[in-house]
Amino acid sequence: MSVEVTSPSYTWWRFSQRFVPVTFLAPAAIIFAVYVIYPIIDSIWLSFHWWDGLGEKEFIGFENYQRLVTEDHFFLAIKNNILWLLFFMLSPIFGLALALFLNQEVFGIRLVKSLFFFPFVISLAVIGLVFGWFYEPVNGLFNTILALFGIQGPAILSDTELVTYGVIAAGMWPQIAYCMILYLTGLNSVNPELIEAGRIDGAKGARMLWHIVLPQLRPATFIAVVISIIGALRSFDIIAIMTKGGPYNHSSVLAWYMYEQAMFNYSMGYGAAIATVLFLIMDVFIIGFLWWLIKQEREEG
Amino acid sequence: MHTNKSAGFLSVAVLAAGLLVGASASAATLVINSNASDPNVKAAWDTVIDGFKAEHPDIEVQYSIYDHEAYKTAIRTWLPAAPPDVVFWFAGNRMATFVERGLFEDVSDVWRDNGLDEAMASTRPSLTIDGKRWGVPYAYYNWGVYYRKDIFDQYGLSAPTSWDELLAVGKTLKDNGITPVTIGTKYLWTSAGWFDYLNMRTNGLDFHIDLMLGRVAYTDARVRKTFENWRELVDAGFFLENHTSYSWQEAQAPMINGEAAMYLIGNFLVGELSDDVAANIDFFQFPAIDPSLDLGEDAPTETLHIPAKAKNKEDAKRFLAYVARPDVQSALNMALKNLPPHKDAEVSDNRFVQKGAEMLARSKTAQFYDRDTTPEMAQEGMKGFVQFMDNPDDLDEILATLERARQRIFK
Repeated sequence: MSVEVTSPSYTWWRFSQRFVPVTFLAPAAIIFAVYVIYPIIDSIWLSFHWWDGLGEKEFIGFENYQRLVTEDHFFLAIKNNILWLLFFMLSPIFGLALALFLNQEVFGIRLVKSLFFFPFVISLAVIGLVFGWFYEPVNGLFNTILALFGIQGPAILSDTELVTYGVIAAGMWPQIAYCMILYLTGLNSVNPELIEAGRIDGAKGARMLWHIVLPQLRPATFIAVVISIIGALRSFDIIAIMTKGGPYNHSSVLAWYMYEQAMFNYSMGYGAAIATVLFLIMDVFIIGFLWWLIKQEREEG
Repeated sequence: MHTNKSAGFLSVAVLAAGLLVGASASAATLVINSNASDPNVKAAWDTVIDGFKAEHPDIEVQYSIYDHEAYKTAIRTWLPAAPPDVVFWFAGNRMATFVERGLFEDVSDVWRDNGLDEAMASTRPSLTIDGKRWGVPYAYYNWGVYYRKDIFDQYGLSAPTSWDELLAVGKTLKDNGITPVTIGTKYLWTSAGWFDYLNMRTNGLDFHIDLMLGRVAYTDARVRKTFENWRELVDAGFFLENHTSYSWQEAQAPMINGEAAMYLIGNFLVGELSDDVAANIDFFQFPAIDPSLDLGEDAPTETLHIPAKAKNKEDAKRFLAYVARPDVQSALNMALKNLPPHKDAEVSDNRFVQKGAEMLARSKTAQFYDRDTTPEMAQEGMKGFVQFMDNPDDLDEILATLERARQRIFK
C-alpha cells in the first residue's frame, strides 16, 4: 500500500507540468492580446460608429460599409491592392533568378552581391524620393534615357493608367533584393551530394533546378512569398512619399485610403471600416497560404 | 488592515498631488508648439521667442517646432489629451473645428485688455465665434497672380484687368511657346487657389462663403458656371503640363527658367525667390470676370491659440498679448514678408508686401478653400479640382461626387 503517490515532489511535478508552459507563454500572450488582439477588436467595433476622433462616438450600424460600396475611391484602392499583390508575387522569382546568377565564385562577387542587396538597406522613404526624381517628366533619368531612343516618355506619376505600375516598380526594387538575399542563403545550404547525384543521373539546367534545387529551397520560398504578400498589402509609405494616392486616387490602396480618411478627413469610423476590409482580405490570403503549407507538410509526412 | 492600506494609499496620493502643485507653482513653464518649420519662418519666430524670454525672465519657455504638414495631424492628438499652453493654427473653419468641440480657450480678455478689438478690426471676424475671440492673429498675406515682367515686356503684354485680357495674354504666351500658368498640384491645395478666385469672380464672395459652409449644392448651376470659365483656361492650354507630378515649390522652376510666365500663389512665394529672380517678378490682382461683382480676395490668417486644457493659461495669455503688440508684429512680419494684423504695426517696405496691403485694404476677404470649408470637404473638393484640370469632361461625375460628400459632411 503506497500513499507516496501524493508526495510533494509528485504534486510539484504535476503542477509544473501544467503551469510552467503557461507562465512562459503568459508575457507574450498578454502583450499580444493588449497590442494586437484588442486593437483589432476595437477597430472593428469602431467601424460601426461615426467618430471624428475628438467628440462623442455615434453608433450607426453598417452605414460606413454601405458608404464604402458607393465610393469609386474604394474600388480603385482594391484594384490597386490586387495589382500590388500580383506584381509582388514576381519578386521571389526575380530574386531567385538574381540569386542563381550571383551564386558563383568569381573575383569581386561579394561586392556585386552587396550592390544588388543595397536597395534593401535604404529606407523606403528615400527610395520613394529617388524614384520620384527618376520619373520626373522633363529632367528625370527615365525619360532622359527614353529620349536617347527618340521616345517621348510619359509623365508616369501624373498618368492615371501608369501611376500604380510606377509606384509598384519602386516598391519591388528593395523587395527583389530581399528575396535575392533569402535565396542566396538558401543556396548555401543546398546539399552538394544531391546535385552530384542528379548530375550522374543526367539532370541539367531547368530540370536540375526544378527537381533538385527548388525543393531544397522551399524554406526560403516560404519566407519570400509571405514577406512579399505582407509587403504588397502594407504598401503605404512609398505611396505616401511618391504620390499621396494621386493623381486623384489613382495610385491609392486600402491602407492609404484608410490613412487619408482617418487622419486628413477625421472620419475615424469610416477609416476603421476600411481597415476592417483590409484585415479580412489579408486573412483570406494568410489562411489560404497556411492551408497550402499544412497540406504540403502532410503530403511529405 | 484594510483602513491602513487605504490610508497609506491616500497619503501617497496627497503627497503626489502636493508635488505636482509644488512643481507647477515654482517653475512657470510655458510650453509653445509651433509649425514654423520653413527656414525663413523659423528664423523670424526664433527672434520673437527670444524677445519674449528677455522681457519675462521668470517664465521658462519650452518652444518646440514641428514640420508644417505633420503638425496638422499631431495637434489633434494633443488638444484633447495633453496640450501645450500655446499652439500655432489658422483662422476660419480650421479654428471653428476646435472651438465647437471646446478645445480652445476663450481669449476675449486678451483682446479687450490690449485694445485689439479695434486695432485688429480687419481680422477680428475670422477669429470670432458667438461674439467671443478664440485666438490672436499674428500675420496674414495676400494671394495674387505673380508674373514675369520681362517676359510680358518681351511680348508687349501688360497685366490683364479683365477676363478677356487674361485670355488674350495667355494666347500670346502660348503662341510663343511659353506656358501661361505654372502650377504644381501634387499636394492638391494649389488648385484650390484657382477655384477660389474663379468662383469669387464668377459668383461673388458671399456665394463663395455660402458654398464653403455647405449651404449651396456643388451641382448648382452657378458652381457649374465657375467650372465653365475654368474650362476655357484648361482648353486653351493655360496650365503647366503634368502638374500633378510637382509640389508648389517644384512648380516655381518653369517660371524661374522662363518657360512659364504666371503663377497664382500666396505672397510666401516671394520669400523663396532669390533677389535677382524676384527683381523680374511682380503680381496683379486676379482680374474680374463679372464686372458687377466686387473683387473678393483670399487672405489666409495665421493665428495663435490657447488650448482649453492648457496648464499655464496665465503666461500663455501674456505670450499672446506680447505677439499682438504692434512692435512685435512689425518685426515678425517684416521678416516673414507678411502683413501684420495690428493696424499700428509697421508694414514692410518690400514692394510686394506694400502692394498686397494696398490690395487687401480695399477688398473683402475669404481665408482659403481648405480653411473656409471643413477638412474633409476640402480634401474631396481639391481632388475634384485637380481631376477637372486633367479631364474637364469628367465634370458631371466630379460635381456629383462633391455633392454627395457635401450632403454627408454638412448633414
